[in-house]
Amino acid sequence: MASVAIGDVYKSFGTVEILHGVSVDIKDGEFVTLVGPSGCGKSTLLRMIAGLEKISRGQIAIGERVVNNVAPKERDVAMVFQNYALYPHMTVAENMAFSLMLKGVSKAESDAGVQRAAEILGLVPLLSRYPRQLSGGQRQRVAMGRAIVRDPAVFLFDEPLSNLDAKLRVQMRAEIKELHQRLKTTTVYVTHDQIEAMTMADKIVVMHDGIVEQIGPPLELYDRPNNLFVASFIGSPAMNLLRGEIATDGSPSFRGSGGISIPLASALSIGNGEPVVLGIRPEHLRLSDHQGIPVTVAVVEPTGSEVQLIGRTASGEEIVANFRERHSFTPGETIRLTADPGLIHLFHGETGQRFETRTEQ
Amino acid sequence: MAVPSAAVQPRPSILSRSLSSLAESRNALGFGFMLPAAALLLVFLTYPLGLGVWLGFTDARIGRPGIFIGLENYEYLWSDAVFWLSVFNTLLYTISASILKFALGLWLALILNQNLPFKSFFRAIVLLPWVVPTVLSAIAFWWIYDAQFSILSWALQQMGLIDHRINFLGDPTNARASVIAANVWRGIPFVAITLLAGLQTIPQSLYEAATLDGASRWQLFRYVTLPLLTPIIAITMTFSVLFTFTDFQLIYVLTRGGPVNATHLMATLSFQRGISGGQLGEGAAIAVAMIPFLLAAILFSYFGLQRRKWQQGGGD
Repeated sequence: MASVAIGDVYKSFGTVEILHGVSVDIKDGEFVTLVGPSGCGKSTLLRMIAGLEKISRGQIAIGERVVNNVAPKERDVAMVFQNYALYPHMTVAENMAFSLMLKGVSKAESDAGVQRAAEILGLVPLLSRYPRQLSGGQRQRVAMGRAIVRDPAVFLFDEPLSNLDAKLRVQMRAEIKELHQRLKTTTVYVTHDQIEAMTMADKIVVMHDGIVEQIGPPLELYDRPNNLFVASFIGSPAMNLLRGEIATDGSPSFRGSGGISIPLASALSIGNGEPVVLGIRPEHLRLSDHQGIPVTVAVVEPTGSEVQLIGRTASGEEIVANFRERHSFTPGETIRLTADPGLIHLFHGETGQRFETRTEQ
Repeated sequence: MAVPSAAVQPRPSILSRSLSSLAESRNALGFGFMLPAAALLLVFLTYPLGLGVWLGFTDARIGRPGIFIGLENYEYLWSDAVFWLSVFNTLLYTISASILKFALGLWLALILNQNLPFKSFFRAIVLLPWVVPTVLSAIAFWWIYDAQFSILSWALQQMGLIDHRINFLGDPTNARASVIAANVWRGIPFVAITLLAGLQTIPQSLYEAATLDGASRWQLFRYVTLPLLTPIIAITMTFSVLFTFTDFQLIYVLTRGGPVNATHLMATLSFQRGISGGQLGEGAAIAVAMIPFLLAAILFSYFGLQRRKWQQGGGD
């Protein structure tokens, strides 16, 4: 086991710079997810930790050792690939034993290692099969088995669940998390799925266009997004965002297009008329009789556990609200929604950076 | 008691009934679609092959239809030293040329699979020996191997490596090596380009996984590239062996089987006896004698190399 320190790392392919100075500290035994939309550089960063891509500038250290010029096989990392990368001509047992065989480990020792990993993952009955004879979930497990057998310092996962169907994905998600709790090996996990990131990680690194937008525990990212990108990326359904400006005449409030006015927390250090983006999570919106944002109901989606409402403000901005109560709405009717000022997020209208407004709890 | 509707309607004739049921049958329809291709195969493959086999059992000569003489041609060949020499030559030619083509072709494919500058240019260049008509390249080799004007002899002499010209095609051993070299030169592109196509189907992530597993470059080749390429190698080399075994043009242009039959292959001997010598029956018998070898090559590749357990899915 080891910590991983990524210090101001740059990556260019030819003249195109993909990563513009990324720094992340991963503690020993931590489960960290790199999350972001396609092309944000998260897989490239992972491959640089593995040694499959050269580091253009900056440094990466695994444990105490800087690995910039260390060959992949010397780095003591194991990687699970998106397409599993199982050797098709080897049985499950041979796939798992391959790295041990190359290391020159004795047959008995290697068999014992494979057996141990197979027991952890429930692969024992499949050991003599070929990858083609396995289902997607089983292949996924073999790929993890191959990594476990090596007992590496760091596990690297490159979008390992994206080839599985939705149900299996949820199941494997739990299995990987359980595996980490059991082995406590430092893990770096790349995904584009923010729910995967939220549910599995000790710490999330949100990346966008080759830079780190925010690093923090899942709930911190959810409750206090640093900027508009994180606010809109983390959370499903996404945070409602309304453009407008601050009005400080009288008690501070937000003035949006179409005459929307939303009261804000009193301790506000933003000047009058400042352009802002206001964010409210769908589950923080409440029904109100007289005040609040007037919203025309467009679609109602009851899921059983909650009711999701999609509506539009007078100026056509879309609003999503989630209710635990089983309200009934008719499409076309106009309702009013309010939110506790303490649960409202404010972002700078131009830079997208967060304004501190929420009362600390 | 008859069913009224059946009695009223005129019964369709047997012919039209069988025709309409034929039109509705999937098998009959499939057979119909197959007919043109089957006819082509019959006329241009089965008939000549059958005729060849039949001629081998006759004493036909050019201008005179033969009569059936049973195995007499084969009995004669059995005791014919030149025939056995041609069998030996053919095997030597096929085996050594195929081994060289495989080794050099695989090597070339591995090089072309790297990220080289001007990659597509080199890939196109490599194909050249394959696209040039055999007779043209054979004539070029004829000049290269010429006893008087050989550029090879000249170059080696200029470098001071030899003091007299090499008798490429006049000496039995030299002639065998020379025709094999020419055949290898011509056959490498086919092997290289086909294996290159096979190499490109191997996912990059397998190499990356093996690299992380600790494999050296040689181990990557030994444990990833080679096993995954085996099915393609089997097909490529089967074709290559068939082409080489039945080679005719190159030998015919370069040596016509000489000197003293040292480079006579079964194909050239068959042509010489059957067409030049007019003994159609005997020539056909030599050609027919090639069939068992070719079948053996195909069966070996089919059962020995192509079918791999890991390629078959399912089946618990």
